[in-house]
Amino acid sequence: MDERILLHMKNISKNFPGVKALKGVDLEVKKGEVHALMGENGAGKSTLIKVLTGVHVEDSGEIYFEGKQIFTNTTLQAQKCGISTIYQELDLIPELSICENVFLGREIMKNGMIDWRATEEKAKAILLDMGIKVDVKGVLSQQSTAIQQMVSIARAISINARLVVMDEPTSSLDEKEVKVLFNVIKKLKAQDISVIFISHRLDEIFEICDAITILKDGERVGYSAIKDITKLQLVSMMIGRDASKIVSRKKSYSKDKMSNENIIETRNIVREPKVRGIDIEVKKGEVLGLAGLLGAGRTELARLIFGADAPQSGDIYINGKKVKLNLPKDAIKAGLGFCPEDRKVEGIIPHMSVKENITLAMLPRLTKMGVVSKKEQEKIVNKYIEALKIKTPHMNQAVRNLSGGNQQKVILARWLCMNPELLILDEPTRGIDVGAKTEILDLIEKLAEDNISVLMVSSEIEELMHACDRIAVIRDGKKAGELYAEEIGEEAIMNSIAEGGK
Amino acid sequence: MNIVNAVTNKIKLFDYKKFLKGEGALITFIVLFLFATFKYDQFFTLLNFKNVLRQVSMLGFVAIGMTFVILIGGIDLSVGSTLAVAGVVAAKVSPYGIGVSIIIPVLIGIAFGVTNGILVTKLKIVPFIATLATMLGIRGIAYIVTGELSVGASSASPGFIQLGRGYVAGIPIPSILFVLAIIAAVLVSKKTKFGRHVYAVGGNEEASKMMGLKVHNIKIVVYAISGALSAFAGVILTSRLGAGQPVAGEGWELTAIAATVIGGTLITGGVGKFTGTLYGVLITGIIQNMFNMQGNLNVWWQNILMGAILLGVVVAQSQTARVSKSGNS
Repeated sequence: MDERILLHMKNISKNFPGVKALKGVDLEVKKGEVHALMGENGAGKSTLIKVLTGVHVEDSGEIYFEGKQIFTNTTLQAQKCGISTIYQELDLIPELSICENVFLGREIMKNGMIDWRATEEKAKAILLDMGIKVDVKGVLSQQSTAIQQMVSIARAISINARLVVMDEPTSSLDEKEVKVLFNVIKKLKAQDISVIFISHRLDEIFEICDAITILKDGERVGYSAIKDITKLQLVSMMIGRDASKIVSRKKSYSKDKMSNENIIETRNIVREPKVRGIDIEVKKGEVLGLAGLLGAGRTELARLIFGADAPQSGDIYINGKKVKLNLPKDAIKAGLGFCPEDRKVEGIIPHMSVKENITLAMLPRLTKMGVVSKKEQEKIVNKYIEALKIKTPHMNQAVRNLSGGNQQKVILARWLCMNPELLILDEPTRGIDVGAKTEILDLIEKLAEDNISVLMVSSEIEELMHACDRIAVIRDGKKAGELYAEEIGEEAIMNSIAEGGK
Repeated sequence: MNIVNAVTNKIKLFDYKKFLKGEGALITFIVLFLFATFKYDQFFTLLNFKNVLRQVSMLGFVAIGMTFVILIGGIDLSVGSTLAVAGVVAAKVSPYGIGVSIIIPVLIGIAFGVTNGILVTKLKIVPFIATLATMLGIRGIAYIVTGELSVGASSASPGFIQLGRGYVAGIPIPSILFVLAIIAAVLVSKKTKFGRHVYAVGGNEEASKMMGLKVHNIKIVVYAISGALSAFAGVILTSRLGAGQPVAGEGWELTAIAATVIGGTLITGGVGKFTGTLYGVLITGIIQNMFNMQGNLNVWWQNILMGAILLGVVVAQSQTARVSKSGNS
């Protein structure tokens, strides 16, 4: 075996109820190498990492580390082997000091008491070595995310980690901070420490990584040195589909036929770090798709338009009028609806009935003198159950008992009964079976025919091609390109995602 | 550049906002103390100080335990019931001497605490419900064991009675023990692994687990400490009153929680200090003392005042938290 190989995960499989998350995946990381792990949501990246770091136990497969087989059945075992993880959600204690966070669990003791002076000095030395100057006695929560991340890395170094796993470390950093992080990564490399680097930003991967493993649907679909691969190859490996699978879109407006009336427009809208100045407009009766890799800023843009977050700068126009959306309720008043990506958290109220879920947003309109008109309510609910073909035994069924596709329809119904002008759909078909998927897509098409505009975020190119009149490609918080009906094609979309050019 | 830094550093040496946030309990205590001094002639006397100090020390032990529990993000409603059982048992075994009358009740308290800890950790019951259940159960034990009657402590054991009533160098023994306990708690919380791990678990349990801390053990030990200290408070109460009563300590869990929170410990865990709890306990004592001296006011005004102070502290906390947060971004 190659002596430079530090980690070799061999033929790793892992099943969850109903899902084959990993199907015999291999991962090889060399010593002192920065290894990118890429793949779209659900590709198996995080499962693979969790198997490595002891959060999950693999069903089959072997892990070799420094030439010896290891078993990482708990996070502690993984740490003892020399594998440390910097999580996206920082796993530190916010209210404790920096130096304490570095040494927690491995306190430096003197006469049965913690030796604070030594703790401070050692923590300071490690951080200085990384090029970070900071008051180590300061409370962690007072520091920027970047510094907190550095503390996490310092902790890894202090326990003599041989391999540091970084799960989307740059997702909440600004450009300057990313540079600092990259310098630290270079220093780790110089000490022969390996890094597994997970990111969705292609430029970063090509800047800092030496090699790359690409996962898709629980399998390794690519493994290469960075210098031997192009961005386009990478993107097509991650999200590419067989051409035969794609159903061509059924209808579309072409550029010149499109209505000129803008329902909504954003002008140079900014909310760091994910949205960095985006112009976008949705026309009347149009389905606009937002394409891009995970973390490109699509959902964040949608949330800005809906008033769920406030932009730092830039303007939003609705029907040509400049508006300030402080809260979703302002957006709703202006005729917008939003079906969020995570139905369970932001969308449905699981214990409430189909009826109540559908009429939740419109209750004020149904209320006469403080009392909800039941007859009116049931009439509307019945109408939408029928129109959207919601499969439920009766309208008083609790929504949690419905399938994912039908839950999604309930949310759609909720917004439709508000007579919106624009519906924002964030990954409307995620976690929905194939049959229901087509139904939802057809429904979107019907909406457009009824002159309701749709802004649709999706990671599935075939879905976008199926439903959209126009596609805007978002890349690293900026609009990388725009494709009109005639130009929409898999190759064109991927090119735009990869290179930022049209 | 360096000079500028030095100057700004100096200005920042006294950050009054931080001081207000950290020492709200101390300030409240001083205000009440000054008020009482000017208002009541009998207040600023050695005898009165001794009385107040002795009075608060039993609640003090309970509050120290409660502070540990709240620091890990838990709550312990069973402290008052544990205190009652311990007090009754202490009275029953008092003929066998002071050692036995302390050790056996405290061991019982530890057993109750460990039970709470296991319910919360291994059986994953939320602390509020787990300790509500043990609170009811343990109180029941206290009544059944005594047949609802108070149990006289044996006069054959003068040492035991001294524990609650005696003085060393003119200072009541319970007060001395309470101050020692506070000092010990401060040291444990700042200087020992266990103490720091308590803060870590309360601050971010998931992260603590990932760092390899033995979260379950830490929690169980914390509940055991709470049980032990509550039991010890019960022993002292019995010694002082000369009898163990099954109703003893009723409602103390809430007063202890109030004192802890007034002392600046966050109810969500991870932040707080034992000196704060000391002031919180002293505040409850001083309020009671003031009302005793006033004499002509309905005693329930005490509760209203306590409630107001508690609210004031919590509101101040949330305000300063907001200020420091917006100041950062």
